[in-house]
Amino acid sequence: MPKITMTVNGQERSADIEARTLLSSFLREDLGLTGTHVGCDTSQCGACVVHIDGQAVKSCATLAVQNEGRDITTIEGLANPDGTLHPMQTAFHENHGLQCGFCTPGMIMTATDLIKRHKTSGTPLDEKTVRAELEGNLCRCTGYQNIVKAILAASTEMSA
Amino acid sequence: MYSFDYHQATSLDDAAQKLAADDEASLLAGGQTLIPTLKQRLAMPTTLVDISRIDALNFIRLEGDVLVIGAATCHATVATSQTCHDALPALASLANHIGDPAVRHRGTLGGSIANNDPSADYPAAALALGATIVTTQREIPADDFFTGLFETALEPGEILKEVRFPLPVRAAYSKFPNPASRYAMVGVFIAQTSAGPKVGVTGAGQEGVFRWRELEDALAQNWSTDALKGLSLAGDTMIADLHGDGDYRAHLVTVMAKRTLEAMG
Repeated sequence: MPKITMTVNGQERSADIEARTLLSSFLREDLGLTGTHVGCDTSQCGACVVHIDGQAVKSCATLAVQNEGRDITTIEGLANPDGTLHPMQTAFHENHGLQCGFCTPGMIMTATDLIKRHKTSGTPLDEKTVRAELEGNLCRCTGYQNIVKAILAASTEMSA
Repeated sequence: MYSFDYHQATSLDDAAQKLAADDEASLLAGGQTLIPTLKQRLAMPTTLVDISRIDALNFIRLEGDVLVIGAATCHATVATSQTCHDALPALASLANHIGDPAVRHRGTLGGSIANNDPSADYPAAALALGATIVTTQREIPADDFFTGLFETALEPGEILKEVRFPLPVRAAYSKFPNPASRYAMVGVFIAQTSAGPKVGVTGAGQEGVFRWRELEDALAQNWSTDALKGLSLAGDTMIADLHGDGDYRAHLVTVMAKRTLEAMG
């Protein structure tokens, strides 16, 4: 079995895994990081989104072995080590951007990625843009209203 | 997924050798189509040869009046490339509307072209712009490359290296995405090129992407939406599925062609 080494949430992690192991399975089953959710397992729902070298990617459509030497961030790696929440997590909390919470890890990982990209390109973030950017993240509870509100609130906070 | 071996290719030669050594090996780039296919056990390669980290396949550059893009360049890179925005904004816009943001971070130009999904976006642009597909063995004009549903002129062991897009006078692309899958139910790319107007249609044809030559001829006579008057495609040559029958798609092609022309002004 191939040996894989990658950095996950700042820590170097190695394992011998089958080549066919999905990144989502590796994170959840080998590393015990079950915050990354698997919803549809067909790249539609976005619950499994993590960051690979700072980019949002669907971990259920990526093989773990493709990520040798890469830097992975999951929802568990977003808060500060002292437990204070990331501004996006705080915004989801304060705006009640969830109901059942299943899609939330993917929503938050997608949202932090989109804010970073729009900050880099200098394009302003408005409601329409946020809704378009959430195309690959499905929520079956909320109707997205508070999710969009939370992301716009965090965007202001993160740009300040 | 069935079991397979994995090899991360360090160069094109390395990848070509691995492919040549094993008839059942398969190339892996972004994996946004291949990995879901493997998960459904619809393919059973012995080895996946990963070409996504080969630097020589990752670039966007302008060579005179030709935009050249490496096969492993992902959609997000094309969508945000200043070179592409300046030289061929219609292609940057097309790339920016493939799948969703996370898919665009992984999916590649070469993967889309080589897979030739009947609803993929890039093939329509390749046909309408008269692109040249460059492989490890030869150069193939787009008109000869797409040979049918999920079929291309690529031979076993041949690796797609880059796609060369001659810059048009102007061009635009419009698609009607399926509300659920976001794949193009119909996408129409129209370019005014030095060789006249060219129209690439994806999502609609039973044989996959095609050029709508009747519209090209009509546009050569009269560059306006009036060129569409009296033109129609046969519904029985169009894809028919639960999302829309052949006549619906045939009609949708004319609607999207009109929108594309309007966008071009």
